[in-house]
Amino acid sequence: MSAPHILTAEGVNKTFDGFKAINDLNFHMDEGELRTVIGPNGAGKTTFLDLITGRTKPDVGAIRFGSEGVDLIRKSEYEIYRLGIGRKFQTPTVYTDHTVFENLLLSLEGSRGVFATLFARVSPAQRARIREILQTIGLSAKEDAKAGSLAHGQKQWLEIGMLLAQNARLLLVDEPAAGMTDEETAKTGELLLSLVGKHSIIVIEHDMVFVRQIATKVTVLHQGHVLCEGTVDQVQNDERVIEVYLGRSKKH
Amino acid sequence: MQKTISKGEVLAIFLCTLVAVVLIPCLNAFLPESSAFHISNFSINLWGRYFCYAVLAISVDLLWGYTGLLSLGQCLYFALGGYMMGMYLMRMIGSLGQYHMPIPDFLVFLGWTRLPVFWKPFSSFPFAMMMVVLLPGALAFVFGFLAFRSRIRGVYFSILTQALTYAACLLFFRNNILMGGNNGFTDFKFMLGYDTRLPSTQRALYIASAVFLLIVYLGCKWLTATKLGKVERAIRDSENRVLFSGYAAANFKLFIFVLAGVIAGLAGALYVPQVGIINPGEMATQNSLEAIVWVAVGGRGTLVGPIVGAIFVNAFKSWATEAYPDYWPIFLGGMFLLVVLFLPDGLVGLARHCVNLFKGFGGKPDPAAEANAEAAAEPAAPAAAAATATGAHLPVE
Repeated sequence: MSAPHILTAEGVNKTFDGFKAINDLNFHMDEGELRTVIGPNGAGKTTFLDLITGRTKPDVGAIRFGSEGVDLIRKSEYEIYRLGIGRKFQTPTVYTDHTVFENLLLSLEGSRGVFATLFARVSPAQRARIREILQTIGLSAKEDAKAGSLAHGQKQWLEIGMLLAQNARLLLVDEPAAGMTDEETAKTGELLLSLVGKHSIIVIEHDMVFVRQIATKVTVLHQGHVLCEGTVDQVQNDERVIEVYLGRSKKH
Repeated sequence: MQKTISKGEVLAIFLCTLVAVVLIPCLNAFLPESSAFHISNFSINLWGRYFCYAVLAISVDLLWGYTGLLSLGQCLYFALGGYMMGMYLMRMIGSLGQYHMPIPDFLVFLGWTRLPVFWKPFSSFPFAMMMVVLLPGALAFVFGFLAFRSRIRGVYFSILTQALTYAACLLFFRNNILMGGNNGFTDFKFMLGYDTRLPSTQRALYIASAVFLLIVYLGCKWLTATKLGKVERAIRDSENRVLFSGYAAANFKLFIFVLAGVIAGLAGALYVPQVGIINPGEMATQNSLEAIVWVAVGGRGTLVGPIVGAIFVNAFKSWATEAYPDYWPIFLGGMFLLVVLFLPDGLVGLARHCVNLFKGFGGKPDPAAEANAEAAAEPAAPAAAAATATGAHLPVE
């Protein structure tokens, strides 16, 4: 209870056409924490991210951000972004027709209004910041390449770089290792670990090797509800977790 | 950052401007009709119209090629601009109409003896020009505001734009809105005190169209290179990412939609005194679809493409409607199919491809194309090597 919570979800419910995607979800996360969220398909992981980022609105419940406790439910996507929440999508979502540099430039903190962008100039400070991010994500050599020409893993890193560029306090990273080679996966893990402390990060993942590499604390979601929380070992040895992952067919 | 405009481009634009704005009007004005180099009044008039079409095509491409908004009703704004100019031109006829009354003939025909109130300010050219900008702009704003706020996207957006222009077309066919009904406005005589039927006036309108095209081209060149232009293209490629990067995408779409409407309106206003008529047929849905074909044929997502496409397709149309009057729709559809199937980047893309091919034969490959091909072909491994070489944080085990 020492560090202030960066994200609090209390009593959140969300129903799609009678299907309870999120069912009385309670979730607390400390500032600077790296949290991994796992769960079987349909457990509500991506819906949870949609709720945080304002893409969908909960039926009931509260989602608060930061020590100030800003209510996210009343905000639109871009307002939530401006509070400092960044999201990486499950499939790499970058601007394919723009260069890597431009992708980061568009994500960089700064002018967001229509007329402000009309007369925006790239300052030397911004340029330096973009170069710094390029180093971090290992794409310095690709600065002027079109993002569409990057390999799959590089696109994933670029998208993480775009979150860094916006200087998000909370990064929501949806399946960063999907479709990556083992080597790329390991590097992605290193990259995320290097950000711990500076940013708070929620990672959604299936790959247990990857989870083991990065995870400090794991939250298991099941049927839109938090099943249990703990270290990787605790979670993997939890009876209920084993049951939902392996033993569902036995029960019925 | 990349340069907005290269030296070769500046030269090309300068030469095209010189030919269109100075050389062609001079050949028309100062050479006798017997000369082989004389350019006829008919040609001048035709090219003036082509330039207006080219501006309309640029406005379509700003939406479709740059922002991913396929508007199937862009001719609505073109026609509204034309109607506003038409109202001014109707007032300038004065008492020289068939009925020798101080009000437009069609009003006399409808039984009016005095000018309706909303017609009165159109005797003023500045007011008419203001309306040329305001009416299309306001309509685009209202429609865009509602559509983008409700997050109407893709094909639904396209259908709505088409429905709107169809509705407006039906509205303008009605006599009781006092906009000329079926026949629209015609028989124009004077504009700013000059006789619109004189070759010299038509020449001036031709030059004005060419200059306006140049201004719109350069303006859009600048606009698309700004950060705003980059955001518009980003919306085209990934609207979700744009939203989650903190941009209110709806505002950016609204801005470009209104701008495109205003540009189309101005083009329509220049077009009407050159064709001498404006009627609801100009709002018909097929006109807007034809404008889409111009952009597709020329090359979407470029600024030269719409100009090339508009001029090429219309020149082809001028020939085909004379030689094979019944088959024009088939030619048009065939052209669209050909482009979709074989030339996804249009004529401009074809030209670029040929240039690259030529460079390839000359042993001097295009570095950009090569780099792209390389990047697309290579797996992640070399990139990882590059990452470590530049001292990145990503360690190699």
